[in-house]
Amino acid sequence: MQEIKREILINKAKDLLADGTVDRVLGWKAGEFDYDVTPAVFNSADEIEGDFVWNGFCGANFSKYLVKETLKGDGKVLVFLKPCDTYSFNQLLTEHRFDREKVYAVGVPCNGMVDVNKIKEETDSVVSIDFDGGNTVVHTLYDGDLSLPTEKLLSERCVNCKSKKHVAYDELLGEDGEVCDSGRFDEVARLEKMTPDERFEFWQNELSRCIRCNACRDVCPACTCEKCVFDNPESPVENKAPANSFEEKMFHIIRAFHVVGRCTDCGECSRVCPQHIPLHLLNRKFIKDIDELYGEYQAGSVLGNRAPIVDYKLDDAEPSEAVERGDENA
Amino acid sequence: MQVNEYKPLIVAFCCNWCSYAGADLAGNNRLNYPADVKIIRVPCSCRVNPMFILRAFQRGADGVILCGCHPGDCHYTSGNYYTRRRMSLLFSMLDYLGIERERTRVEWVSAAEGAKFAATMNDFVEKVTALGENKRLEDLRCKK
Ligand code: SF4
Ligand code: SF4
Ligand code: FES
Repeated sequence: MQEIKREILINKAKDLLADGTVDRVLGWKAGEFDYDVTPAVFNSADEIEGDFVWNGFCGANFSKYLVKETLKGDGKVLVFLKPCDTYSFNQLLTEHRFDREKVYAVGVPCNGMVDVNKIKEETDSVVSIDFDGGNTVVHTLYDGDLSLPTEKLLSERCVNCKSKKHVAYDELLGEDGEVCDSGRFDEVARLEKMTPDERFEFWQNELSRCIRCNACRDVCPACTCEKCVFDNPESPVENKAPANSFEEKMFHIIRAFHVVGRCTDCGECSRVCPQHIPLHLLNRKFIKDIDELYGEYQAGSVLGNRAPIVDYKLDDAEPSEAVERGDENA
Repeated sequence: MQVNEYKPLIVAFCCNWCSYAGADLAGNNRLNYPADVKIIRVPCSCRVNPMFILRAFQRGADGVILCGCHPGDCHYTSGNYYTRRRMSLLFSMLDYLGIERERTRVEWVSAAEGAKFAATMNDFVEKVTALGENKRLEDLRCKK
């Protein structure tokens, strides 16, 4: 797939602003560090020219921002969507979370986004980062300039990309890709083969690191409730639990369960977790179970789809059968 | 024998229309089942959201069982079909996290099945007793 240049995006944004199609633009902007590219609203061609960023750190999925942004003002918002973002976009529309008329969606092709932690494994003195063709050039304080193949730095969700095809847009920049065959369930399958004790150990290790910053919830395009039990000081589940306690699991089971059938596996939760907890392994467990028990289902792939959790068949598996089904190949 | 001094705490969510009546019938017929089973009556099995189950564990339950009308017999026509999917996914997730699967169960018990109710509870309590105290789902903050 061709590389799409920043110029193409900003020219498109400026044109759409100039001809009045939209009156603001949701895009990416530099953060404190080169790898902290952050979502921003641009109101003018000058702002776009100066601050708009398009590079390997534009991982942020803007779909959720539309819920609040479309409520401001009468004009349309221009939003740039990578293929995986369009699934969240569709899912939110299916749930009537924003007004489609208030949005102008431009699909951008994507070759995968970089996980800065993979760069930090190579050096701990990153000063700045450039992208040069297929390479990521890291300027460091102590290790000189490192030129690393970008392909080797991609985040997990991009290595295991589920689709390079846009499922919603008003206009597409460049060519569209295809739904991918990826190994995104391999790690879940590996865990399923472990003994219960090993699995418990694995998750205890992962989940006890959680600091309950709630970033995974806040970023999730499927989590758009105005009020959340995890903010309620009257509930005993607002804060971080003592280590070795159930509450971290309660939070994580409920977080993942809450988005069952609506989680598009966009990977935002794992991306933002400061503790590097592999939250996608929880979401994908539910997705894998749904695929196996109720037929393949990809949230957001079709507008108006009915999630399997709000549906049923007369001959569905019993819970005990569902739990025991994997036993023979364990 | 010094085997079970330990008595597990069991929470049983029972739908009002079938299983709760089944429990009643078990009582009327003087069928024995352990007193460690605490019944919580719910309007329909599908009233039970996953958080209820987890909360019960968090507050010290050693096993949680959910009983409803047989598929096809739900008082609200289809509630238990949703329950079935929801609990399949939840229990499978608990298993994935390494929680002993004998601590959770769904059983369909009609109003006429007093004997089934008692037998189910006896069996469930026995299984949970064999597992012992619920360590993996305990919440230290809820410890008395
Ligand atoms: S749970 Fe994670 S992967 Fe799923 S929609 Fe939310 S942020 Fe995306
Ligand atoms: S983002 Fe990570 S640390 Fe923060 S609440 Fe979620 S899992 Fe816990
Ligand atoms: S009323 Fe009994 S399961 Fe719905």
